[in-house]
Amino acid sequence: MQEASLTTRELTVRLFRAGRGRMLIFLHGAAGLPGRIPFFEQLSTKYEVLAPEHPGFGTSANPAWIRNVADVAMYYLDVLDSLNAQKVHLVGNSLGGWIAAEVAVRNCARLASLSLIAPAGVRVKGVPMGDNFIWSPQESAQNLFYDRSFSERMLEQAPSEKEAEIQLINRFAAARLGWEPRWFNPALERWLHRIEVPTLVLWGDNDKFLPRQYAEVWQKNVPQVTVDVIPQCGHLPHVEKAELTARKILAFVDRH
Amino acid sequence: MEFIFFHLMPYRPLDMAERAKQRSAWVVLPNRLYDPQRGADEYESYIGQLAYAEELGFDVISVNEHHQTAYGMMPAPNLIAAALIQRTKRVKIAILGRALPLVNNPVWIAEEFSMLDNLSRGRIIAGFVRGIGTEYHATGLNPAFSQERFQEAHDLIVAAWTRPGPFEFEGEHYNFRYVNLWPRPYQSPHPPIWIPSQGSSETIRWASHPARKYPFLITFSAQELVVRYLEMYREEARKHGYEADGNQLGWAVPIYVADSDERARAEAAKAIESLFNDYLNNPWEMLLPPGYMSLSSMQRTMKVRKSLGTQARRQTIDDLTASGTAIIGSPKTVRERIERVREATGFNRLVAMLQFGVLPDELTRRNMEMFAAEVMPHLRRG
Repeated sequence: MQEASLTTRELTVRLFRAGRGRMLIFLHGAAGLPGRIPFFEQLSTKYEVLAPEHPGFGTSANPAWIRNVADVAMYYLDVLDSLNAQKVHLVGNSLGGWIAAEVAVRNCARLASLSLIAPAGVRVKGVPMGDNFIWSPQESAQNLFYDRSFSERMLEQAPSEKEAEIQLINRFAAARLGWEPRWFNPALERWLHRIEVPTLVLWGDNDKFLPRQYAEVWQKNVPQVTVDVIPQCGHLPHVEKAELTARKILAFVDRH
Repeated sequence: MEFIFFHLMPYRPLDMAERAKQRSAWVVLPNRLYDPQRGADEYESYIGQLAYAEELGFDVISVNEHHQTAYGMMPAPNLIAAALIQRTKRVKIAILGRALPLVNNPVWIAEEFSMLDNLSRGRIIAGFVRGIGTEYHATGLNPAFSQERFQEAHDLIVAAWTRPGPFEFEGEHYNFRYVNLWPRPYQSPHPPIWIPSQGSSETIRWASHPARKYPFLITFSAQELVVRYLEMYREEARKHGYEADGNQLGWAVPIYVADSDERARAEAAKAIESLFNDYLNNPWEMLLPPGYMSLSSMQRTMKVRKSLGTQARRQTIDDLTASGTAIIGSPKTVRERIERVREATGFNRLVAMLQFGVLPDELTRRNMEMFAAEVMPHLRRG
């Protein structure tokens, strides 16, 4: 897996790139671009995987004009154009799933399929999301995973000074995009019918940040949708059940 | 020196055992812990204290705004200011301050201050703040836009006070086809604007700009930080080519005075420790939501902050007096402590918080009386 950069209309972001084949783009969640995780390795056995770090996150450029998720979605439409991408598989987790959906409702012309892993972006009244901005680091670690060993590992890994700085930058970027309305766009649900490509929605059965009931909104409104709930799994299936999640996504994108 | 009697109006009957089970006395503290009968008593008692401060010769009495917290019972401080106008004759009334970014129509704030200014015939001082970090959890407002909204709301309010209306306001966050204030402010051109702050270089630079020269009040900080931030204001003023006047520099500090150091310590200990540990202390996720401060300020603050919130262990009265976060002692001790900061900074506005935490009425009034009799006259002369 190579680290590279990607410049689109003078905006440069960091990016992981691996594998050969048809293009698969992964959009990361609020915590930022994960490192060289096994999930990417597995996807890159059959596809050219691109995992950009969103503008405002980590060491990517942070232009003042990025003020909400709609801006990020328009930016990624520019990216698809500048790559001259033909039938890309778009994958996103949480915030990244929300961005991917906002891309798809605007324009599916360059997409082959959409895979959303516990996407944010919609709200179910009466089923509150977790308040990740008030959680302590301990609560975050506990609430993001079903398997306690993942929580413990997350807490044991004391970040270096540089990593702590990146975490703070990511927290700032996430708040700008997701604080209000909290992690959703009130208009998005109305437009989900515009997603014209086959869509896979994966959800951890024990997600404490975005409860599994949220999958029902996608089930109901996206035309060509398959919803698949992963048992004994929290909000980050691509980390907690990496092998299984990658397998499910590969099986899905292989067909489209 | 000018003396401002400042009040937070804490909810003193708070069940501290229940409080200890919560992550904070802000936002998430269950409001079943608020008893309206006792709350009403608190309001009555506190308004009495504020009115009494006029009798004792304070120059200004002052209230402030916080939301969803036992730390302060004034989500709408202008309501208290309106009550105080009726209870007082000559004292100035400072609202320190209204949290501008939290409202979607800052013209309302301009209107309220303007009404108060008319009702009091020009006794109003308008404090402008952003609210503390917890306010962004309480209101849901995005802290990423707090600074921008503060600047823009300020510009809009000052324009509403000074520009002939109707006029149109075109901003990023605020857009109004008609801005046309009825009533206009009583004072000309408008009520004085003061800026209370926990200290941030961005705020200090902005407040000290020659176009504004707003008094900057550093709130509840260790003495070394008080001196550093007031000196920073002076430096910024010099960069702008002028020397800051002492009236542009203020210090907000809890003070307790009794006839001896020992007695002051014994009487104030429980109350001052409750203020900093039970009422004010917050986990950093609540106190510093992302974007509330700039990234660089946030990184610096997380290293240097000693006095405010987020401490790992309880602060004792000795910690708080040693750091100069609170001033507690005999009249001589209190005078000397204040003099020391005046010598270092030339500040001229003392925002004295003489009721704090669970400090009961009787001790509060004795504290006020002794401060007015034994501390104020000496410092006025200097």
